[in-house]
This record gives sequence, structure tokens and C-alpha cells, in this order.
Amino acid sequence: MADSTLPIQGALDITPPAARKHSILEIAHSWITTVDHKKLGILYTVFGIFWLLVGGAEAIAIRIQLAMPNNHFLSPQTYNQFFTMHGTTMVFLVGMTIIFGFANYLVPLMIGARDMAFPRLNAFSFWVTAFGGTLLYYSFLGGSGLYGVGSAPDVGWFAYAPLTARAFSPGHATDYWAISLIVSGIGTVGTAINIVATTVSMRCKGMTLMRMPLFVWLFFVVSALTLITITPLTAAQIMLTIDRYLGGHFFDTQAGGSAVAWMHFFWIFGHPEVYVLILPAFAIANEIIPVFSRKAIFGYPAMAAASVGIAFVSLGVWAHHMFTVGMTSVSNAFFTLSTMLVGIPTGIKIFNWLATMWGGKIRFATPMLFLTAFLFQFLIAGLTGIMLSVSPWDWQLHNSYFVIAHFHYVLVGALVFAIFGGLYYWFPKATGKMLSEKIGKWHFWLFIIGFHLTFDTMHVPGILGMPRSIYTYEPDRGWGPWNLVVSIGGIIQGIATLVFAYNMIVSLRKGEEAGPDPWDAWTLEWTTSSPPPDYNFAIDPVVGSRRPLWDLKHPEDPDWKYEA
Amino acid sequence: MLRLWKLRKGVVAALLLLFGTALALAEGPQATPSIYAPASTPAAQIQSLSYFVLEITGAIFLVVGGLMAFVCFRYRAGKNDDKSEPAQIYGSTQVELAWTVIPVLIVVVLFLTTARMIFAIQDAPKPKEAVDVTVVGHQFWWEYRYPQLGIVTANELHIPLSSKTDPKPTYFKLLSADVDHSYWVPQLSGKTDLIPNHPNELWMDPLYPGLYKGQCAQFCGAEHALMLLRVYVDTPEQFQAWVANQQKPGVQDPTVAAGRQVFETQACMNCHAVAGTAATGRYGPDLTHLASRDTLASGVIENNPKNLRQWIKDPDSIKPGALMPAMKLSDEQLDQLTAYLATLK
Ligand code: HEM
Ligand SMILES: [Cu+2]
Repeated sequence: MADSTLPIQGALDITPPAARKHSILEIAHSWITTVDHKKLGILYTVFGIFWLLVGGAEAIAIRIQLAMPNNHFLSPQTYNQFFTMHGTTMVFLVGMTIIFGFANYLVPLMIGARDMAFPRLNAFSFWVTAFGGTLLYYSFLGGSGLYGVGSAPDVGWFAYAPLTARAFSPGHATDYWAISLIVSGIGTVGTAINIVATTVSMRCKGMTLMRMPLFVWLFFVVSALTLITITPLTAAQIMLTIDRYLGGHFFDTQAGGSAVAWMHFFWIFGHPEVYVLILPAFAIANEIIPVFSRKAIFGYPAMAAASVGIAFVSLGVWAHHMFTVGMTSVSNAFFTLSTMLVGIPTGIKIFNWLATMWGGKIRFATPMLFLTAFLFQFLIAGLTGIMLSVSPWDWQLHNSYFVIAHFHYVLVGALVFAIFGGLYYWFPKATGKMLSEKIGKWHFWLFIIGFHLTFDTMHVPGILGMPRSIYTYEPDRGWGPWNLVVSIGGIIQGIATLVFAYNMIVSLRKGEEAGPDPWDAWTLEWTTSSPPPDYNFAIDPVVGSRRPLWDLKHPEDPDWKYEA
Repeated sequence: MLRLWKLRKGVVAALLLLFGTALALAEGPQATPSIYAPASTPAAQIQSLSYFVLEITGAIFLVVGGLMAFVCFRYRAGKNDDKSEPAQIYGSTQVELAWTVIPVLIVVVLFLTTARMIFAIQDAPKPKEAVDVTVVGHQFWWEYRYPQLGIVTANELHIPLSSKTDPKPTYFKLLSADVDHSYWVPQLSGKTDLIPNHPNELWMDPLYPGLYKGQCAQFCGAEHALMLLRVYVDTPEQFQAWVANQQKPGVQDPTVAAGRQVFETQACMNCHAVAGTAATGRYGPDLTHLASRDTLASGVIENNPKNLRQWIKDPDSIKPGALMPAMKLSDEQLDQLTAYLATLK
């Protein structure tokens, strides 16, 4: 492939049809009926950011309640609903939605395709997911049900049996929880199938598997993992619904059902789900870190292999959520080992990112700031993960605030930081406008200060014996001052998120024009105009290496010479 | 070795002090149930394992985190960068092999150490002189049965002091009457869940007398937060005296017959038991020796006549979501009942 030519100039020259003013209705209609992967990607992302604000508001209410011992800001029932809804919202409506938004928008562009493999399935998936989320929140209005008990679900996002059985959760709140997740799960499966099919069949000429951007690799893995793990979750939800409506006894312990079976079903979904949420953060890191260090990614084949490795191992670690349910010592040892093993491919990734930055010329624009914080925080999250894999230690730390701190380090410190970095990076592509760097720096610094105040501190009450999911605590326990700091940090993070929302609105209206390639990047999406035309590429691109734009910009030293 | 141990302890103490929880490392029972103030063999073993893991992870953190900081400062593009691209490096098999093999070795060491501790704690042989206690978790209180001693009580557990020379560990059988709960007294051992249809085990050998606190660690419904746990570690004499008292049937004091009658004619006895009377309910805590307990409602309020009266009148006002119904009693009946219950020493 010596002549790695890229017929991209044509794409940039497209002059859009003469602009005509569209009425609001026309615009709304075009968004609602769209099957374009880019519009759907934006819909997913906007929807996810909306739920992020909702879930964040719930988190702040939770934290106000816990700021002091014996506080009465929320009633116990409301508190339990809020932490259940917070967890469910953040995992299913924020995490899953925003990452699929990124995948939808970027995967076809990055592989030089004009759309996803199944555009109409794509639209269907989005609307089903959106409907599932709405259904979940509808429970706040309509959940009182026959027995007049409760409204929003209050059984924890893990919804352990038999607390979810009719006997202990009368009313319809738990039904809303189960059914809304079944519904949004259908959308998730649709998207995952679509991404797998798209990566397999829609790559442009020259884009072999080993030339795909690592971003695409990771979403390929994420989608495969989603397909494997949504099944047990949906099965469990259906069994639960059968128990609740048809008098089944799967998880009804009063009739001999098994509470432990629920945990297995839930965590065999739930643990890989954590990787479904973190691998996209890696995907974003794989694009941003090289571009802002001005270096090719170090060890591409190892990076791809490590992603697949993580996915495989993650399927064999679920019972580390169950070290306290009384497994045999051999099982405990097995799941300790399998969990520790995840550290190896993860370590490879961290080292390769560092090697990518090594010897580079690192530009700390806002996207890179977020990704640098991601690297550092992900290191810490990984190390506390190793601590929790040590099952005797986990007997102490499990279900304590230490665990809450650990997984927020993963979900916020790594995933949310990467998402913010990704939004700063690709917002110009999607809208044609740069996000303000000045407001961006405010956003970053506020967010990182708030994050560390909250989640560094939160490890300590866990060590001091504070369990999770409690709406209040006794004043003599010595947890008060810690919790106050945690809550202050939470509020600062809330403010930072509002700063970001403000940045999006202001920049959309009067941001700097982005141009096709504002970051001097290397993957195919940057060859199109910003925003790209409906069909992405007027002429199908042809690539000869992993960084087609690098080759184009550096014909004297093209990549394909070095690629293994 | 001793010096190293003191050093580790010092580091943890300094970290905790930094944020103002100074007492957490003292020996014996603490108001703050820190896992770093262990008072029983399993908790102490977990602590020492945790120090080992902390040292390894701490070292990794220093090396890798330090490298990150170095890279960020050393290779950041200067203000007047000439915009030329740095040399492109695509990978290096040797280096990558090195940073795969080293983590593998670390994992092996960590795993072997951990596995040894899992077996040491979980499969520790049960000595003959062990005391057996069956714990039943209820929404939202604890039931304790001593099968060898014929005692049933609730919420406040009494167990004997143990020592290295004269071990007298307590072995728990953990059951649940309704949903999942989890038994966690951080100073005495790690937590273990109480799951319906799934009996579990746990042991501890408390080395200092006094009151240890903990609480339910598995979300179990509305009042999970106030499912508090109190473990009294008694000296041998205290424990003997306590056992002797608990084995007696409920006190029969004729001066409070009116209160007793209220108890036995209202719904109280459907749920509560008082040994030696017609009350044999098992849904709520056994009240045979209620007055000998320090607290009510699984540790939420002090046990005194005023609180007791308020609790019977309106449990929800003290523990919102508690499953005891508010008894619709007259003031007179409440007074009589409170007087009666106060005699159940
Ligand atoms: C300002 C940011 C946030 C704060 C202050 C916060 C705070 C909290 C707190 C205090 C809890 C524990 C509730 C309890 O167990 O009583 C919690 C639980 C949880 N959070 Fe967050 N959170 C934040 C953001 C997020 C994000 C971004 C995610 C995911 C993407 C997330 C996912 C979860 C999950 C899954 C749970 C578990 C809920 C449960 O135990 O049922 N949180 N959060
Ligand atoms: Cu409980």
C-alpha cells in the first residue's frame, strides 16, 4: 500500500444546499424521524447529559442529607428512593446512553462509512432507550399502585432479592424498576448489534481490523460484552416480574426460592457492565492522548489485545461482589485471583498511554487536561480495586463507603472525566463550534477539586465502619466531619457541571468556528466538514494506515512503513 | 519487625489524625468502629494483610504516579514550540514484555498471601470451648439465641472475653427471617451476610472487654440505617452473671399486674415473648429481660421509661419505617405497661 492516497478533498468541497430557514416544527420533525447516525448520536448524548443533571441533583440531595449526623432533610423512604434512582439513572441512563451516543456518532465516521449498518434499527434503539428511562421516572408520578405504598423504587440499584418480592416491596415501584430496565435493555441490545455489524461490514477500503482506530476496537469489544451480559440481566428481570405477577418463586425465599441466585444473575451482568462503562473511557483516551502528545499510540496491537483480554477476564470475576455471602474458601480464592488478573491488561494500558506521552510534545488543552486527570484517577481506582479483590479485606470494606469511593473513582474519576474530555474534543466536529477553552478550564478545575474533596475523603468513613445505603448515622461515630467534606465536594462538582452546561449553550451560539480539523488530528472523522454532511463522505475514503491524516500531512514519513 | 509494624501504624494514625479521627487506632472498643482498631484475631489478621497490600499498592502508586507527573512536566509543549512533530515511536516488544511480566509477578505474590489468609480465617478449626450463638436478622433488629445455654435475647449481644492463652471464641450461625442483612462489627471481624435459606458462619475472639458497635451492612429496607449492633464483651465473671440472669424466667411482680394484663390482652403478645407467661410471639424481640438492656429499638435510643413509653405509643416517631405498629393505648395503659416492662430485669 505504498500509495496511501485519501480521496478526501472532494468531501470537504461539498457546498451545502442553499440554506433555507426551517420552522421549529420542521426541525423537531427532522430530529424525531431521523435515522442518521450523527443525529442519533447527538440525541443519545443530549439525553444522557440531561439524566446526568437529574442523577446529579439526586446525588446532591443525598449528600445534603448525609452532611451531618441525624439530619432530617430527607425522610428515610425518600432517601432510599433517591439513592436507588441515582444509581439506576447513572448506570443505565447516563453511562450507557452517553457512551452509545459517542459510538453512534463516531464509529461510522472513523471507519469511513456513510452510516450504521442498520439505520432504522438505530433510531428504534434510541427511542426505546429513551422510553425506558422515561418509564423509570414515571414511577415517581404513578407508582403508588393498588396498595398505596411507595412510589419510586427504593430497593437499591442492585435490587437484591427477596427485598424486591411482593411481600417486602408492595405497590408498583419495583415493577417500574424491572420493566423500565427490560425496555431500555432492548434498545441497548439493538445498538450493540448495530455496532458489531457496522464494524464488521462497513469499514472503508484499506481499513483492516489492525488499522481500525482503537476507539472502534474498544466499542466493538464493548458491544460484544453488552450482548453477552444484558441477557442474564433481562432474564433476571423477567423472572422477578414473574415472581411478582404470576406467583413464581425464583427469588421468593419464603417459598424456597434463592436470594443468592439473584446475586449471581445480577453480578454476572453487573460486573462486566462496569467494563462496558470503563472501556469507552479507554476508547476516548486512545484518541485524545496521542493527538495531544503528538505521537502515535504506543503498542497498538497490545492495546487491542488488552481490551479483548479485559473483556474476557471480566466475565469471570462477578463473584467478587459476593465475598460476604458465605462462599467456600476455594471460591473466594478463585475470585480473588481472577479479579487480580484484570490488573495485568489494565496495567499494560496505563503503561502504553504513558509511553505514548513519553517524548511527546504534550498540549494541555481542555480535552487533554481531562484525560490526564483520567489517567491519574484511573490508576488510583485500579489500586483500590486490587485492595477490594483481597477478599478478607473486602469482608471489611464491602458495602462500606470505601466501596462507594472506589466505584465512583471508576465511574466519575475515569468515565465522566473521559466523557468530558471527549465532549470538548468532538463537540467542534458535531456542531462546527469550539467549546470555550476559558470556561472549559474553569469547569475542569472546579470539577477536579470537587471530585477529590468528595471521593478521596469518602474512603475514610468506610475504613471507620460506615456502611453504604444509610440515610443517617449516629453522632458518636466520628463520621460527621468526613461526610461534611464529602458533601461540600459534591456540591462543587454540581456547580462544575452547570458551568459545563453553560459552556455548551454559550459556545453553541457564539463559539469560535471550528473548521474541519481544529486539533490537527489523524483519524477519518476530521477529514469531513464540521459538522459532517448527512452522508459523511462524498467519496468513499481509502486508507493505507492507522493514521490516514498523518500520512496525508507527512508524505515524507508515512505510518504504514512502521506498522506491524 | 516490631518497628516496621509501629511505623505502619504511625502512618495510618497520621493520615487519620490529619482529618481528625484520632482515637481510631487505640486498643479496645471504640465509639468509631474503625477497622484499624482491631480487637479480635480475624480483624487483626485482616489488618496485617491490609498493611501488606497497602505497601505493594502504595509502591505501585508512587512509581507509576510519579512517572505520570514526570511525563506531564517533562514533555509538555513549551510556549514557543516550533510546531514540529516529535519522533514517532510505535512500540517496543521488550519494554512491553517487561511491563507485562512484572505485574504478573506482583499478582502471584499478592494472590498467594491473600489465599493463605482466606484459609486461615475462613477454615479456622472450631475449638471445643467455643460459645455458639445463632443470629437471626429481622427487619430491622437482631435476634440472638444461645443453643448451649437456652437463652433467647435481642439486639444486645453478650459474649465472653477471649485471650491467646485462654481462647474462648464465639461462633455465629447467621440466619435471616426475611430479607438479606449483613453482620458487621468492624473491630471484631469482617462482615458476613444473613440470607434467607442460606445459613452462614462467622467467628470472633474478642481480646478486650467492653462495648463494640457496628450495624447492618446490607441494605434491608426502610430502616436499614438504624439497624444498629451492640456487642458487649464480658469478663468471665460478668458473663457468668449475665447468663445466670438470662436463664431465669420473666420476673412476676404483683404490683405491676395491671401492666402485665395490658401486655397479655393487647396485641403485644402476638409478636413478643416473655418467658414464663402466655406471651410467646416470635415476630418481634424477646422481652423477657428487656429492662436489663441499655437501649431500645436495636440501639437507637437509651432504655428509660420515658423512651419506652414513647416507643410503644408511636414507634415511627423514633424509627420511621419500623415494623412495630403504634398501639392505640390510653395514657393509663401506657403507664401501666411501662411500669410492667421496667420490672423485666
Ligand atoms: C457529584 C457526583 C456524585 C456524587 C456526589 C455521588 C454520590 C453518591 C453517594 C453518596 C452514593 C451512595 C448512596 C448510598 O448508598 O446511600 C452514590 C451511589 C451510587 N452512585 Fe453516585 N454520586 C455521584 C455521581 C455518580 C456518577 C456520575 C455515577 C455513574 C456514572 C454514579 C453511580 C452511582 C452508583 C451506581 C451508586 C450505587 C447506588 C446504590 O448503592 O444503590 N454516581 N453516589
Ligand atoms: Cu439489615
